[in-house]
Amino acid sequence: MDHSLPLTLTVNGTRVTSRVEPRTHLIDFLRDTAGLTGSHIGCEHGVCGACTVRVDGLIVRGCLTLAVQCEGKTVDTIEGLSDSGELAELQQAFHERNALQCGYCTPGMLVAALDLVKSEPDASRERIREHLSGNYCRCTGYQAIVDAIETVLAMRRTTAKAAGARP
Amino acid sequence: MTARDELPVKDSKTRTQSGYIGKSEPRANAKRLLQGRGSFIDDLRFPRLAHVAFLRSPHAHAKIKSMDFSKARAAPGVIGVFDGRAVAEYCSPWIGVLGHLKGIKSPPQYPLAIERACWQGEAVAAVVAETRAQAEDAVELVAAEWDPLPAVIDMHESLSGKVVIHPEFEDNICFSRQIDNGEVDAAFKNADVVVEESYSFGRHTGVCLEGRAILADYNAGEHMLTVHHATQAPHMMQDIFSKHLNLPEANVRVICRDIGGAYGIKVHVYPDEMCTAALSIMLRRPVKFVADRLESFLSDIHAREHKVTVRLAATKDGEILAFDLDDLTAIGPYSVYPRTSGIEGNQVVNLTGGPYKHKHYRASLNVVFTNKNVTCQYRAVGHPIAVALTEGIVDLAAQKLGMDPAEFRRRNMIPDDAYPYTGAAGMKYEVLTHHQCLDKLLSLMDYKGLRAEQAELRKKGVYRGIGLAAMIEVTNPSPAFYGVGGARISAQDGATLRLEPTGMLTVLSSVTEQGQGTEGIFAQIAATVVGVTMDKVKVITGDTSTTPYGGGTWASRGAGIGGEAVLQAGKALRSNILDIAAAILNVDKADLDIFSNEVIDLASGESKLPLAELGRVAYFRPDTLPMKFQSELMVTRHYTPREYGFTFTNGIQASLVEVDVETGFVKLLKHWCVEDCGTVINPLLVDEQIRGGVVQGIGAALFEECHYSEDGQLQNATMADYLVPMSGEMPDIVCGHVESKTRTSELGAKGVGEAGTAGAPGAVMNAINDALSSLGARVTTMPFTPERVLDALGKK
Ligand code: FES
Ligand code: FES
Repeated sequence: MDHSLPLTLTVNGTRVTSRVEPRTHLIDFLRDTAGLTGSHIGCEHGVCGACTVRVDGLIVRGCLTLAVQCEGKTVDTIEGLSDSGELAELQQAFHERNALQCGYCTPGMLVAALDLVKSEPDASRERIREHLSGNYCRCTGYQAIVDAIETVLAMRRTTAKAAGARP
Repeated sequence: MTARDELPVKDSKTRTQSGYIGKSEPRANAKRLLQGRGSFIDDLRFPRLAHVAFLRSPHAHAKIKSMDFSKARAAPGVIGVFDGRAVAEYCSPWIGVLGHLKGIKSPPQYPLAIERACWQGEAVAAVVAETRAQAEDAVELVAAEWDPLPAVIDMHESLSGKVVIHPEFEDNICFSRQIDNGEVDAAFKNADVVVEESYSFGRHTGVCLEGRAILADYNAGEHMLTVHHATQAPHMMQDIFSKHLNLPEANVRVICRDIGGAYGIKVHVYPDEMCTAALSIMLRRPVKFVADRLESFLSDIHAREHKVTVRLAATKDGEILAFDLDDLTAIGPYSVYPRTSGIEGNQVVNLTGGPYKHKHYRASLNVVFTNKNVTCQYRAVGHPIAVALTEGIVDLAAQKLGMDPAEFRRRNMIPDDAYPYTGAAGMKYEVLTHHQCLDKLLSLMDYKGLRAEQAELRKKGVYRGIGLAAMIEVTNPSPAFYGVGGARISAQDGATLRLEPTGMLTVLSSVTEQGQGTEGIFAQIAATVVGVTMDKVKVITGDTSTTPYGGGTWASRGAGIGGEAVLQAGKALRSNILDIAAAILNVDKADLDIFSNEVIDLASGESKLPLAELGRVAYFRPDTLPMKFQSELMVTRHYTPREYGFTFTNGIQASLVEVDVETGFVKLLKHWCVEDCGTVINPLLVDEQIRGGVVQGIGAALFEECHYSEDGQLQNATMADYLVPMSGEMPDIVCGHVESKTRTSELGAKGVGEAGTAGAPGAVMNAINDALSSLGARVTTMPFTPERVLDALGKK
């Protein structure tokens, strides 16, 4: 029996129209239907953060969100945020600081980090650790990730200051 | 010894650049992962791909009375449903024993259990469908009838043998071993101080963020099986697929692309993975299996679960005379193939007391079967147990003697000038630096300052603790680890280096990458030795049909063994390049060198010939070279460590904690690790290996435990219930290094991947006990949950 429903949404700036089963999670829709395999699946019960993506500007768990809930919405994934350059600073800092090993947690980690960088420009080290507490990484021990985000925040503050000081 | 000497990779008279070895180069292969453009197995798309889901036993021990597949077979999208007998026709069983573990026994194990399931989660039927969701739906429709059998869950009960799990055996003992180097009883009799304590280590697991994953693709036209596999050891798996699926070795190709964490979890033979490969042959199409989180908890190997009683004898001056221990460990119903589940216990008895110069040692080990999931080698195998119990009892002895724990260790550590040295447990150490590491640690952490602060805070009712844990670590294993026991696991690794026509350098290595930075450090070594810049190097790993043959990545061996093969291949290629340059330039080879992608004049440093030009001539205009001259721009070299069974490393960790004596919560304030892995090829990567390892060790110490009910049901098989370290609770970790290069290789590198995990649990345990010492409480059962801490304080 076909229970599928029509779905139209914007993924990484492109309009996508498809039919989905009501039970399909956003993460499965993105990976299997949209072919965007950069967002990962780690637990499927909302704990690990590997599936973190952005819906209408807010970060969500792709494994706890149904695809049909995203009707008419805008979804951004690691692929789109990479191509638009929105993640460039964080990606560079992660690379230089080796804030990833296997890289499986990294897309979710970066999307979560971007959220913090944008919303809390003065976040302390402790706040960074807190903000990432829903993103599991088995490889790094987190310190390098925290360092990388701290670097980006500091860089941004310097740039903002310089911009503000200009006549 | 401490200075980072220049590598002796070129003649002393040549002009060398110090190169990239010892530099914190970021990994080139991290870039795709940062954009979500890696290719993990679940990212691969294949035409006609089928998906398998498994029916797993709901009982810890039960006879399969019957299974009715008729409804499942009729479900939408289902391609086939199979039981153990059907799959066994295509895949022969295996037995996880090794010749050098004398007396080890285990029954044959099949891809799907036949007749009897021996743990909750053991796969008993496979459903293949067009999608994973359809396969899972159909699994629900299999009607299975079970006859529950008595389950043996407790290790002591297992040892007693009242209920024997496997009817073909007389008892539940998989393996046992005794070491006694003599006069242990006399040492204890003559000792001024004897301390004894029992430690218990929780059963935990690796929790790789990416579940185990395999995509097997059988091509009937070629009789060829290509397996995309998240494995650390592709050549080992090639051999195993070939043997058990009855295919010629050359007809099996194992490819490892990106792997989402492994830590030893992905180096074993798993029945559901073997089944997936068999199904691909049976169905003549690609079949994929990715373990979901529940399946990972139920069927990824677990580890640890040891109960150990240890005694230490010392003089009143603080000299350790002897260690005596009794280790009991439970491994589930099967010894895991092909490495066996006897190795962890074996490591415990080999490594206990390792840093110290006592003369007398006795150890007894019993490895028993139970009806829980299997256990096997997981990061740092045995080390966290040996280190924690050694360092726990050492601290207890220091306390009883009224000595500072750092000073007590200093008195007993093997002197740095005593090497080569054979420890009381019979392990041979080439060169270790316990004293240098201890000194460095104490100054790095400001031990004295911390002790003063601790005393001050204690007056205010704040319970801080400082814990030390010295360690030795097995790295760069020789064939003595597995090969001598009959396992077809390679202790050697190979590297092929090829200079391309444009002067680029391709490196192919048998070592694999799971994010440790294997490919990055091999690029650093190759670039340094050949004389090219890093941007010219491309490293390829993880494909049995293109790379040289080798062991892969496990037991802290990638850098030390695979790296040496790269170095040797680099030297040979460099020499070949200079032969060609000498022929083109018509000068003596000895007057030339390679520097920064160019052949230069050795004496003046003047550029003579870019490698791109040399490549052009060698490949496209060899007619311009002397008549009999043949250039060889591709070379392969292999390396096997031989002189020592293992290239031991050493280090020491420290943990600073604060215990809330009202709630039992332990707050980690800071952690330090000083270790000696010989040549540090990339300080950035080495430190990150250590930090990641430390945090895994902290998980074992504070959070992680697989809880089984009395009837063998795993009770916390979700990430919400099985706690892992998250960023909020983790401390910053300070790393320091001492570099005593191993002389067994020119590179001088020892392993480092497991050091963090080896020492952290012991350091944290000692820190907690130090915090609690004035309250007369001690904790010895890991993980140290708030409940257990309160229990120790008598507050529960
Ligand atoms: S997969 Fe969504 S939180 Fe783990
Ligand atoms: S880098 Fe492997 S899980 Fe984070």
